[in-house]
Amino acid sequence: MKFGVALTSALEALKGNPLRSFLTMLGIMIGVASVMAMMAISDGAAKQVDAQISSLGANNLTVRPGANRRSGRSSGAGGATPFTDSTIKDLRNEPYALAVSARINGSGTVVAGDVNWSTSISGVNADYFISQAWGAAEGRILDDADVSTGQEVAVIGKTIADTLFEGSSSIGQRIRVNNVPLTVIGVLDSKGQSNFGSDRDDVIIIPIVTARNRVLGGHPTTPNYVSSIEVSVVPGFDMAEAQDELEQRLRTIRRIRPGKTDDFRVFNIADFIRARSSTQATFGVLLAFTAAVSLIVGGVGVMNIMLVSVTERTREIGLRMAIGARGQDILGQFLFEALGLCMIGGIIGSGLGVGAARLASKMGDFPVSISPFIALVSIGASVVVGLFFGFFPARRAAKLNPIEALRHD
Amino acid sequence: MTVSPENTPLISCRDVTKTYVMGTQEVHALRGVNLDFKPGEMTAIMGPSGSGKSTLMNLIGALDVPTSGMLSIKGKNLAQMSANELADLRNETLGFVFQQFNLLGRSSALTNVKLPLRYARTPVADIEARATECLEMVGLGDRLDHRPMQLSGGQQQRVAIARALAGSPSIILADEPTGALDTKTSEEIMTLLTGLGEQGITVILVTHEPEVAEYAARTIYFRDGRIDQDKRRSS
Repeated sequence: MKFGVALTSALEALKGNPLRSFLTMLGIMIGVASVMAMMAISDGAAKQVDAQISSLGANNLTVRPGANRRSGRSSGAGGATPFTDSTIKDLRNEPYALAVSARINGSGTVVAGDVNWSTSISGVNADYFISQAWGAAEGRILDDADVSTGQEVAVIGKTIADTLFEGSSSIGQRIRVNNVPLTVIGVLDSKGQSNFGSDRDDVIIIPIVTARNRVLGGHPTTPNYVSSIEVSVVPGFDMAEAQDELEQRLRTIRRIRPGKTDDFRVFNIADFIRARSSTQATFGVLLAFTAAVSLIVGGVGVMNIMLVSVTERTREIGLRMAIGARGQDILGQFLFEALGLCMIGGIIGSGLGVGAARLASKMGDFPVSISPFIALVSIGASVVVGLFFGFFPARRAAKLNPIEALRHD
Repeated sequence: MTVSPENTPLISCRDVTKTYVMGTQEVHALRGVNLDFKPGEMTAIMGPSGSGKSTLMNLIGALDVPTSGMLSIKGKNLAQMSANELADLRNETLGFVFQQFNLLGRSSALTNVKLPLRYARTPVADIEARATECLEMVGLGDRLDHRPMQLSGGQQQRVAIARALAGSPSIILADEPTGALDTKTSEEIMTLLTGLGEQGITVILVTHEPEVAEYAARTIYFRDGRIDQDKRRSS
């Protein structure tokens, strides 16, 4: 095939009938734009889920006490004996454990000056900040010394800082939490809303020892209790394997005899969120398929117009054959014409798609993710459509009998 | 007898027949034609409608294949050539001039003349220069950028002749080249074609008009798919 003449002939034909070319492209534009917008939206949703997972601390296994069964009566979840500081110490020696956080939860009232506020209070160890991937925006986070010596210090969430101190610096301020005076040593990075809709910045975090001894109070039967544990798994370590080993280790620590059920639960919050978001992903894929159908409809429009074009230009095809065009030259010319329609339509369409995705994001208040990859896929799809739907008309042109074509009026 | 190149027929037809099937009816367009064309000889083919003259032109132009018989150009049997080889033969050896000119309406005269050169397998060094040269040969050196719509019928036919000449063909096939032109313009076109014959190009033309046929050194009359008369002008 003579590439140059096929290409220029195709472009001349497209330029020769601009309105028709535009209308034919319109179908492709709409198809590509909707594929692109849908992919951007479903990709954005997926990215949001990833962000949520990593904000929870990636690769974390959460451990909670399970139900306590005594004389056939279940105490319900969390009723079993809580963990203690020594559980944390034991788990730290496990090869897969990067960090083992301990936490007890409660709520209380915080007072600073004449402002008071009810909030949740967490007593934690220093590893908590590692497992939550949470750092201080201002000041510092708790360290091991604060925790082990039960210092009267607190790290506060952004919401608390804004509520109590309204713009002035929180560091060094004295607050009273459940009537216990504490010094603010840090303000945490904002985490925004949790996956379940609560404000994760509305929290006061204090050393677990301080919480047990003074702010929240201890457990009636278990000294040094810990209500929940999060084990951050060493990157690269298989999560399922780590979960198995963790369960085995806890059975040993808690002296559960073989055959008896666990009195604790280990779960992977990320798995939970992923399962919940897979519905969302399925929906996104469905939308993208619907959009792909519109692209195919656009392709049928291209095929239709190409068939009209071949019929209209039958004499021209005959002439080109008479002056020495081979079948493949004619094939190439019409294939390029269809490809040109689809590619230009695809490029304009991806621009429109980006715009549509941004607009939808603004109006619907959800994230979209526009990557060059999506644009390439969209334009690539339009090229495939062009080749697929352009081939039949082009082959029809190439197979014309030169004499009949020349006599055509 | 030794065969000198001059005596080798450029085009040779042996017992050529062509039968079209139209529905259930068979139409015998050619019923056994034997003909040779010598290089550089201008030939006019005449005959009533349906006598087979256009069919013969299409066969010689490698646009159609005979039902039986053999047709060769420059010693090559067309029946043994592939579709691509036939396309290349049309590009390199043959030039067509049509009654309706068949120019690309949206393209300039120059672009029209360039077209066969752009399809050429053996690349032409300077397509632009060659196309310009051909348009100058037909006296349209000052109309390169005109579109067919901006040219008279005679000028359009000149563009078509320039296009036929572009690939330096040995044969020009003209199917009623003056059919759409007035008498004066016809004369100009015929003078131009005669001039090509003098340059050694074999011009074969189909015509209805005896005045046009008079320009040719040889006139063949067709009737009912057969050669009725084959006359050479005594010079």
